[in-house]
Order: sequence, then structure tokens, then C-alpha cells
Amino acid sequence: MEEQIFQLQYAMDTFYFLVCGALVMWMAAGFAMLEAGLVRSKNTTEILTKNVALFSVACIMYLVCGYAVMYGGPVLLSGIEGGDSLVADALASKVEEGFDGGSVYSGASDFFFQVVFVATAMSIVSGAVAERMKLWAFLAFAVVMTGFIYPLEGSWTWGGNAVFGLYTLGDMGFSDFAGSGIVHLAGATAALAGVILLGPRFGKYSADGSIKGIPGANLPLATLGTFILWLGWFGFNGGSVLKLSDVASANSVAMVFLNTNAAAAGGLVAALLVARFMFGKADLTMALNGALAGLVAITAEPSTPTALQATLFGALGGVLVVLSIVGLDKLKIDDPVGAISVHGSCGILGLLLVPITNDASTFVGQIVGGLTIFVWVFVASFIVWMALKAIIGLRVSEEEEAEGVDVSECGLEAYPEFTK
Amino acid sequence: MKLVTAIIKPFKLDDAREALSEIGVQGITVTEVKGFGRQKGHTELYRGAEYVVDFLPKVKIEVAIADDLLDQTLEAITKAANTGKIGDGKIFVTDLLQVIRIRTGETGEDAV
Repeated sequence: MEEQIFQLQYAMDTFYFLVCGALVMWMAAGFAMLEAGLVRSKNTTEILTKNVALFSVACIMYLVCGYAVMYGGPVLLSGIEGGDSLVADALASKVEEGFDGGSVYSGASDFFFQVVFVATAMSIVSGAVAERMKLWAFLAFAVVMTGFIYPLEGSWTWGGNAVFGLYTLGDMGFSDFAGSGIVHLAGATAALAGVILLGPRFGKYSADGSIKGIPGANLPLATLGTFILWLGWFGFNGGSVLKLSDVASANSVAMVFLNTNAAAAGGLVAALLVARFMFGKADLTMALNGALAGLVAITAEPSTPTALQATLFGALGGVLVVLSIVGLDKLKIDDPVGAISVHGSCGILGLLLVPITNDASTFVGQIVGGLTIFVWVFVASFIVWMALKAIIGLRVSEEEEAEGVDVSECGLEAYPEFTK
Repeated sequence: MKLVTAIIKPFKLDDAREALSEIGVQGITVTEVKGFGRQKGHTELYRGAEYVVDFLPKVKIEVAIADDLLDQTLEAITKAANTGKIGDGKIFVTDLLQVIRIRTGETGEDAV
């Protein structure tokens, strides 16, 4: 009888992982729609191509070597299906953990859940470099980021390994539940390194210091993308509880869903208000970024805050993201979709909010962890971007940028009607 | 009075508009158009099959001006929209028979 209950737990926890993984996969659609809506129509096809391709590259590279780098185990996932002793091994683990202990689930489901996180981190970069980067340079970077750069910092954090053998973040009180730092800050850092080497879009910043607004072509898509990301985030944070099959875990999952939603709501309203206050109008694009900012801010610890705290943490993210977007423009760092602000600035915020409600973490641990991730990803990414710049070039030509990268990189217009 | 119609590259619109403002041209109408001259189009592939993109996106500017502003207007647009590369566009000048300001009923040079 106990064995059957253990089997049910295994099945339930595996199923939960798979469903959450599928929800996070759906975030890829969210990113694609959000970015497609915020670039100009002449650059839409290219950013969509970037999004579908990076997701696939991430899945393949993580399968080939990323998962092995991050968690040890065999390259090319050999043996992940389990073999003849699968059931016996699983039951033995379950007996060790017990009903209330750590969850035991299918290795394949673990990979599936992890791989969609890699794709999310990589997807953050695509928006920041939009409208002027060569598609293939971006995809080449994606190969290295998803096969090595992200997995290595993942191995120091969720993987529990020492950072180059020097110190262990977990021992220092570092805690990042679903990845404000590990996923979002990492993606934003890679984006920042790229954008610095890439330069701003032509005409964005003029010599006299003025900044030109370049409106997105399709706000309905941008809004749809945001709502899709919001929905997918329930899997992102919810799945990171790692277990569903007992009362305490189920309750934790429920609180995580609740807090995740509350933070998004807080972030959106805060950003909308700040935009109204600063610019005089209800800027939809800021509101959308605000919802995502709230989500990133709560991602490092969505289970311990109260509902009100989660809302307020999200609101802090919403305020910070608007200020960060304006600030980055002043620094002439051109980020067409606000990715660096949403995922980087608010990723750091998310890490720093954790000790407020989680006693097991410390501010020192969070800062050391954040810095470790930032320095590693920035330096490694910068080197790869520089190498790509030297070998094939990062940026399309001025004519190609004026004509639109849809034509130059993809040979396809996204909205081709009128005389056809 | 003259109607000056210019077909220019889309990313040159802001430069052209500024140049016209500087010489005192107060009104302008802008349309998105497609076309080609000697620039021609190019062939693309869609899912393996060729299709011809004959028409290139351009912007059409129309300004109504008094006769004495004609030469400056032509010079302003030409300088602003020129890139030296094929596809820069053309300017057409036509005579305007009458101009009326709808709000006040002014006609002729007063309405330009």
C-alpha cells in the first residue's frame, strides 16, 4: 500500500513538473509576441525568427552538454529514460525521502523543466539587441550561452557546486527560488554585454543629447505577449516548488501562484502610475513592462511573502523598471523592449528582497551571488560577443538597418500586403 | 503657386521635414507609397518559391508653396533626401490653380 502511494506521489510530482515545464515553454510564445509588438514592422519577421530559433538552439545545446555542465551526469542525456531499474530506483529514493520529504520524479521530467528555463534566459537577450544585430551572430552566441555560460553559473547556484572551487553560494546564504538572478539577471547581463558592443539603433540618440522614441508596430501583440508571459510564469515559479504531492507542498504551490499573480498586478499598476506621473499619459508599454518587472521581482522568493508583501514587492519592481528604462536611455544604452531593465534591474531587486521574508538567506549571500552571476556572465558574454564581432560582425549595415532586417536577414516581410 | 511632390526614401522624411521648416514652409502632407524607378525591385524566396518584390517602400511629400519659394524648396528637399545611392527618388513640380484655407476661407497666396 505504501509503495502504491509512493508511486502515486512520483507520478503526481512528475506530472506537475511536466505541466509547469509546458507553461514555461509557453513563455517563449509570450516573448515572441511581446518583442514582435514592440519593434517596427520592417523588423518583425527577423525577431520572430530569432525567437523560434533561439528556443530550439537552447533545447538542443542544453541536451547536448548544458544539462551535464549544470547538474553533472551524462552528455547527450544518455540514460535519462531510466532503464530496467527505473521503478526500483525510484521507489528506493522515495523510501529514503519519505512521504513528506524531498520530491522524487522522473529524470526526463527534470530535464524538461530545466531546459525551458535556459530558453527563457536566452530569450531575454533577443529583445535588447533587436532591429540591428545580425541574426546568425545572435544564434552563434545562443549556442555558447545555452551550452556553457548559463549552465556554469547554474551549476554554482542550483547545482550546488563551488564557484571555480573557491566558495559555495548556498553556504553563504544565497537563495534564488525560481531564478531572478540565475535566469533573469543572467539573461539581462548577456544582453547588456551585447548591447554595449552593438551600439544603439541608427537615429536613436542624437549628438545634441536628445532621445528619439521609436514606437512599436503592434501593441495588441505586445499586450498578448505580456499576458502569455504572465500565465507561463505560474509554471516558472510554481514548478520551482519542486513538489506537489503532500499538503504542505500543495499549499506552498498555491501561495506561489497567488503571490506570483499579486506581484504582477502590483508591478503593472505601479508602473502605470509612475508613467502617468512622469510622462502625463498612461503608457501601455510601461504598464506591460511593469507587470513583467513585478514578476521578475517576486521570482527569487514567491513562497514566503504574504499576499500583500508580494503585491508591494511587485510594485517596487514596477517603479524601478520605469526609472531604469529612462536611466538606460540617458546612458545611451538602447534597449528596444526594456529587457535589461525588466530582467536585470528587477532581477537584482528580486534577489535583495529575499531576506526580508526568508530567514534562511542573508543579504551578504544575495549580494555575493548576484555579483558572481553578473561578473561571470558579463565577462564570458563580452568575450564571445567580441569574438563574433571580429569574425563575422555583430551589426547589419546602415542600408540594411534602414531597409529593415526582415528583408536583409530573412528575405520576408511580416506584413507584405499592398500591391501583392 | 506651385505644388511640389517629392518621392523620397522613408528614413529621409525627418531630414526633409526639418529642411522645409527651416526655409519657412508651413504645411506638408505625407503619404506612404510603394514604387520604383531605375532602382527596380528584387527577387525573394518564399518557402522555396521565387516571388518578385517590384515595389519598394517610399514616402511621398506634398507641399503647396508660393512661387518665390520654389527654388529654395527644391534645394532643401534635394539636399535633405540625397544619399548618393540609387533609389533616392524624384521631385515633381506642378502649377497650383487655386488654394483655399478651409477654416478662414482665405484663398491664393494667403492660404499657402
